[in-house]
Amino acid sequence: MSVDTAQPTKDDARTTRRKPRRRSTKDRLVIATMIAVPTALVVWLVWLPALASVGLSFTRWNGFRLENIEWVGTQNYRDITTIYPPFWPAIQHNLIWLVFLFVFPTVLGMLLAVVLDREMRGSRFYQTAFYLPVVLSLALVGFIWQLFYSTDQGLINEVFGTRIDWYGDPDINLWAVLVATAWRHTGYIMLIYLAGLKGVDGSLREAAAVDGANEVKTFFNIIFPVMRPINLIVLVIVVIESLRAFDLVWIVNKGRNGLELISALVSQNVIGEATRFGFGSALAVIMMVISSVFITVYLRIVFTQDQEEK
Amino acid sequence: MSTNTAPAPVEPETPPTNKHAGGTGVLNRKRGTIATVVMAVLAFVWLFPLLWAVYNSFRDYSYTQANGYLSFGGWTLGNYEEAWTRGQFSRTLLNSLYITVPAVLLTLFLSSLVAFVLARFSYRFNLTLLGVFLAANLLPPQALLIPVFRMFRDIPLPSFLSDTGTMLNSFTALVLVNTAFQMGFCAFVLSNYMKTIPHDIYESAELDGASVWRQYWQLTMPLVRPALAALATLQTTWIYNEFFWATVLISRGDKFPVTSALNNLRGQFFADTNLVAAGSVIVALPVIIVFFVLQKQFVSGLTLGSTKG
Amino acid sequence: MSGSRPTPSTTIPASFAATRGWTRRNMLIASGLGLGGAALLGGCGGGDSSGSGASAEPGAVRFGVNEARGSGPAFQRNEAMANAYAAAQGVEVTLNAVDHNTFQESINTYLQGTPDDVFTWFAGYRMSQFAENGLISDVSDLWPVDGMGEAFQQASTAPDGNQYFMPAGYYPWAVFYRKSVFEENGWTAPESADDFDALLQDMDGKGITPFAFAAKDAWAPMGTFDILNMRLNGYDFHMQLTKGEQAWDSPEVRQVFERWAQLLPYHQQNALGRTWQEAATSMANGDCGMYLLGTFVVDGVADVADDLDFFTFPALDDTIGNDALDAPIDGFCVAAGSDNQAAAKAFLQFLGTAEAADAANSEADAPMIAANSNASTEAYGALQKKSAEVVQQASSIAQFLDRDTNADLANTVITAALQDFIRTPDRIDEITTSIQQQAQSILGTS
Repeated sequence: MSVDTAQPTKDDARTTRRKPRRRSTKDRLVIATMIAVPTALVVWLVWLPALASVGLSFTRWNGFRLENIEWVGTQNYRDITTIYPPFWPAIQHNLIWLVFLFVFPTVLGMLLAVVLDREMRGSRFYQTAFYLPVVLSLALVGFIWQLFYSTDQGLINEVFGTRIDWYGDPDINLWAVLVATAWRHTGYIMLIYLAGLKGVDGSLREAAAVDGANEVKTFFNIIFPVMRPINLIVLVIVVIESLRAFDLVWIVNKGRNGLELISALVSQNVIGEATRFGFGSALAVIMMVISSVFITVYLRIVFTQDQEEK
Repeated sequence: MSTNTAPAPVEPETPPTNKHAGGTGVLNRKRGTIATVVMAVLAFVWLFPLLWAVYNSFRDYSYTQANGYLSFGGWTLGNYEEAWTRGQFSRTLLNSLYITVPAVLLTLFLSSLVAFVLARFSYRFNLTLLGVFLAANLLPPQALLIPVFRMFRDIPLPSFLSDTGTMLNSFTALVLVNTAFQMGFCAFVLSNYMKTIPHDIYESAELDGASVWRQYWQLTMPLVRPALAALATLQTTWIYNEFFWATVLISRGDKFPVTSALNNLRGQFFADTNLVAAGSVIVALPVIIVFFVLQKQFVSGLTLGSTKG
Repeated sequence: MSGSRPTPSTTIPASFAATRGWTRRNMLIASGLGLGGAALLGGCGGGDSSGSGASAEPGAVRFGVNEARGSGPAFQRNEAMANAYAAAQGVEVTLNAVDHNTFQESINTYLQGTPDDVFTWFAGYRMSQFAENGLISDVSDLWPVDGMGEAFQQASTAPDGNQYFMPAGYYPWAVFYRKSVFEENGWTAPESADDFDALLQDMDGKGITPFAFAAKDAWAPMGTFDILNMRLNGYDFHMQLTKGEQAWDSPEVRQVFERWAQLLPYHQQNALGRTWQEAATSMANGDCGMYLLGTFVVDGVADVADDLDFFTFPALDDTIGNDALDAPIDGFCVAAGSDNQAAAKAFLQFLGTAEAADAANSEADAPMIAANSNASTEAYGALQKKSAEVVQQASSIAQFLDRDTNADLANTVITAALQDFIRTPDRIDEITTSIQQQAQSILGTS
């Protein structure tokens, strides 16, 4: 379409193509500002504090007077890995959290999306039902499930006549909390995939149907690959959610007794009357290091994808 | 050429849409029934916790204590009345509004600036820039608490922004912190979305002499409105639900947002589950309303540039 | 930060006030002379309550309360004191009521940020820690306080020898039970270790769990540790342990855990998921025979409050006896970050008076005993009267494990270790060794 209008100005087009390198001063200033302001904010409130935390992790400090900061080298890290009992369970729980989120809510959310993507009666209603928990805060989710899990007043024990302490028994409370998380997480994943499926060109599906591919095959061969950007987003979201998981266990029991997570351990050491800022920062740095592994992997995927397109 | 190809896609497109509705698009009867039943059961399971909370929020605590929760009766509105006053919801809901609305707007604005540059130009630092924002989104807030707190404590604010004179206990602080943390995700989603905008558009705009700012504000922003609407909904729920920063940066009872109000109901000496259920419903209502109002934009907007593939 | 700020306290030399005996009348005159504008507004309230503080001048104050508005008696008591002061002095007291949990969690950021002038706090290490770090103000010019004995002055004193605290009230930890349940079964409060064992056996035989028990709140089981340690190793050992002068993996501490492990079968199971309110309910409805807790237990079982009684934990070792107990003192501090020191001190001084205690007591039926001995005991319930007796008879009083111990150790190590022990009582060696290792790291001893 644009060919008609472009015809007489072809020479101009050639000159403008060079223009990006020679933008007006004003434009360059605008671009610089567009990047600088948000970057400044994120550097100031996220990256500088993160660096400061790395520095603090090699010290002992009670957080009151700056002159009380005492350099202790790697002692905090040594203590964490050797004599701090909740640390290894916390690492394990974070990993379980990550794997669980991938295996159950993510797969279920995807399946729900595939089914609800059909012209099904009441599809909108079902979507709403699954999505509703997503708008609730995790703290609220924790409380709502308390109505089910409470030993003495919970619905589950009342129905089955059991006396299981779902939030308190360290052998099962992690799973109880994960179920509550899944309740919220599934709808989230479902909605993102649902949106992704809507973006899949209907004719692709038809082409596959004509070829006689069954639905499972259609999904894995045609639809799933097309949804690559969505898969990426889901991956990032799941990793973010499982590494930062905090609110729910904090509400349940402050991340103790079977619910240790790294984020909760950091908080235990720096919130309230405990003032082990060096120690807490070291825990936080460990958390950041683990995060950065995932961040790197993720950025690499984005990068290779960009390369392929060029 | 173009006149020939233009109608061409129209022709095969009509039968598939019919087929989509009547053929593979709809499951055959037997499987359709199974799917419907499974969905209905699952949907009920999913709604049940919420319904259970709502149900018990209308019941008297002493009644449920005496008869167990598996009973019917003891209706009262008292839980809501008490929750409303004790949770000071008339104030905390307003506080949440003062925090959430500016934070969402600021997040969308700033992240759309970054996203535009990332999508529109291919500078060498693009990937690094995206990394800086996205990684910030992933960092644990607990890790940053101490330095952020110390900075905020020592930064004076004019009195119209903070009546305590520093960034502590000010809504400004919460707005900025939430914005800094949420920009990464938004910038990522928006830049993905903006990349689906055909590059030709920008080239012809440049031919017309449109400045970079006009390309951003008048060309790109209207085109990404669906994505902005979707992100606005997501961010509203996230920032509204945020409670970590609110707890540590605010220490005045009259400034807490609604997420901390729930704590007011869990008195140190008494745990009235039905009362907290009522409080939970009050806390949940605003975001549920936002969700229902914006549901349409939400679903369509969350396509998030997936057509790009 | 606050040190550089000129405070009104410099306007009146402490020596001057101390020698003159600073009465309300003097104060009025002083304020009339321009020594303090705020006092001019106040002071019209009657009464002969003397103000002996040098720098204390009534004025509008902000009062940080660690209970949410409407959360119950604890809030009402504070509100009543604030109202009484406002009425008497004609000044405004602005309440900043924050729910207990949030208040505790943000206390450090609160005090370093923009704290209220006066706030609710606790005696013990918890107070000393803030004093040492300059977060609370020296109020030694308000001491001695009329009606408060040596013990309270001691409890308000930081290691530097100055007072930083104003006690309001205290409550003992004891073994609570329902009188009617004990009567029905012919049980009586045990006098000796043998009585105690017999009582446990009998309850167990009748299908009643002897001890209600909750450990979801990590501080709750500390009460059991404290009392067993004081009974088996004595008060002095206990205090040395909390100060880090005794080792957590010593035979004495292990003995405490061993004895506790023997008693655990007589405690409610699944304690780790139970709040103390739920445990109190189990005692109230007769599932459990007794509950070792502070007297605030009555707030959890208000319906049967009249039927409650308690006894002090019996002696387990006759050479040590049973005259030591936990009786934590709650009270108030002046935040060093407040720029309103004079008014803050005046309010703090009021909070220590019998008048304030009476105001609190008449407003809310609370399980505390007023720290000020001049306070009226007329409004006291039976439990309060008995509490007062028990505490007066006790020869030694500890605060509480998490109030006597280094906060880092108590909050990040001991809490988790006690929960660990309750989960796996057979790992005593491992658990005590772990506490000691971490204690050395935290306290910097080796």
